[in-house]
Amino acid sequence: MTRTREWIYAWLMLLPAAALLALFTHYPTVANLVHSFYSTPHGARAAVFIGADNYRTLIEDPIFWQALSNNLWYAAGTIPLSIALAMLMALWVNERIPGRAFLRLAYFTPTVLPMIAVANIWLFFYTPEYGLLEQITGALGLPSHNWLGSKETALPALMVVTIWKEAGFFMIFYLAALQSMSPHLAEAAAIEGASRWYYFRRVTFPLLMPTTLFVLVNAVINAFRLVDHIVVMTRGGPDNATELLLYYIYEIGFRFWDSAYAAALTMVLLVLLGLTALAQFMFLERRTHYR
Amino acid sequence: MNTAMSSTTTAAVRLDTTTGLGRALETFAAWLLGLLWVLPLLYAVWTAFHPPEFSTHLVLDAPWTLENFAKAWRAAPFARYFANTVMLVTMVLIAQLVLVTLAAYAFARFEFPGRNIAFALVLVQLMIMPDVLIVENYRTMTAIGLKDTILAIGLPYMASAFGIFLLRQTFKTIPRELDEAARVEGCTPLQTLWKVYVPLARPTYLAYALVSVSYHWNNFLWPLIITNSVETRPVTVGLQVFSATDQGIDWSIITAATLLSTGPLLVAFLLFQKQFVQSFMRAGIR
Repeated sequence: MTRTREWIYAWLMLLPAAALLALFTHYPTVANLVHSFYSTPHGARAAVFIGADNYRTLIEDPIFWQALSNNLWYAAGTIPLSIALAMLMALWVNERIPGRAFLRLAYFTPTVLPMIAVANIWLFFYTPEYGLLEQITGALGLPSHNWLGSKETALPALMVVTIWKEAGFFMIFYLAALQSMSPHLAEAAAIEGASRWYYFRRVTFPLLMPTTLFVLVNAVINAFRLVDHIVVMTRGGPDNATELLLYYIYEIGFRFWDSAYAAALTMVLLVLLGLTALAQFMFLERRTHYR
Repeated sequence: MNTAMSSTTTAAVRLDTTTGLGRALETFAAWLLGLLWVLPLLYAVWTAFHPPEFSTHLVLDAPWTLENFAKAWRAAPFARYFANTVMLVTMVLIAQLVLVTLAAYAFARFEFPGRNIAFALVLVQLMIMPDVLIVENYRTMTAIGLKDTILAIGLPYMASAFGIFLLRQTFKTIPRELDEAARVEGCTPLQTLWKVYVPLARPTYLAYALVSVSYHWNNFLWPLIITNSVETRPVTVGLQVFSATDQGIDWSIITAATLLSTGPLLVAFLLFQKQFVQSFMRAGIR
């Protein structure tokens, strides 16, 4: 096959995917930036260029800042814990622990369920007076508490749901990594008389590092991408205590129909995701080989 | 790697038995965590299968019932929602398989100008997923007149960067000699792809299909935004519409509806547990 024909073949095969990617990933990213400098069109009134006005609104919008800080707290609260739990789960079910099949199933099941269904179940779990949690704390003689209804506990209560949902998912990646590890390492460590903890700290943990970085990137993306449970459980309340960035974008864009301001908010989200990509490029790419 | 495997097992055993008490504690902790993990689900099952007066009243002799499921089924067009979801998931999967296969083959086995830039542009979608571009994609869908259609739910996801990446990796491991042999036999590139690459990549296809189906079965925010009628709503959105509109606090019916909407996926997962876990593992290895 001649070189030119090969080029044409390749580009023809690429074309359908490239067209859809351009239309629904690249174009909206650029269009979003452009629209964030315009006003929202209303009826017959077309959008007009307003410069950085949307961004000025954004800087003066306390709910935006709260959503951003909530989101960062949410990420900081869910990511390390779910990764640590995932690693622990993987180590456990990778060994010959009694009831391994059940444990693997128990840890992984939340992952296959839709977040929206899971949120319904947890909403019931947290219900004041009736929910299982209230019944347990009540039986222990603790005072009744509205977990999702009070500002202090609403976000942590949602974090629990996220950790519960994601730990099993991340466990799978650790399990894959553990199973590809050479058994000779454990053998050598045993001959040297290394303790389990020492072996984990000096051998397993460092060898899992690429997996940890991969999982970390996914966890960061998910912390900004997944807000289904907010829609079901709190709708951003009480008093914006559980307002996350994407949920706020959804509210502004599709409940107040202010698409221009929503575009400016989306830019913040895109910048955050871009920074994640940059961090990944700088730290992760050095260790994995894409070729 | 031809060292005797038997010594490995003995070494592992020795490593295991070093701390007896520690292991017992670990087993206990693992089980405690496992029970905590299934607790919310068991509670949901309890509530859904018992009359409402027992939903917050855990006694062993509570009567079992399917009435909650019947009520939920009657209260909302779940059959239609299911049909919509099945249609959505099938459509997305078929489109993804075709698009991803072609693109992955081009990236894996062809030299052409702009290949690296094109690949980088594909990878952008790994970071900026359609889930966060809701405002602009809604505008686009409105402009091309696809708002409130099942096609509109699936369209932004059809060219999947994840799939292209995954399949390209698999295609690259297939020996070039097979490719060249097929070409010598007179196969066109498309025939080679179909006869050599696709059959050899079957495990990757299975893994990708399972991940894709569960992702789109569970997807919620974008379908919520773009759909507005019973005829297009997938089951996740249907469930939300159902439980958000004046069901009061009849949790038995809501949990029954919740289990109902996740039922097919959950049953499939329990039946094909091993394949599911292996697929997610395969999809995660980079």
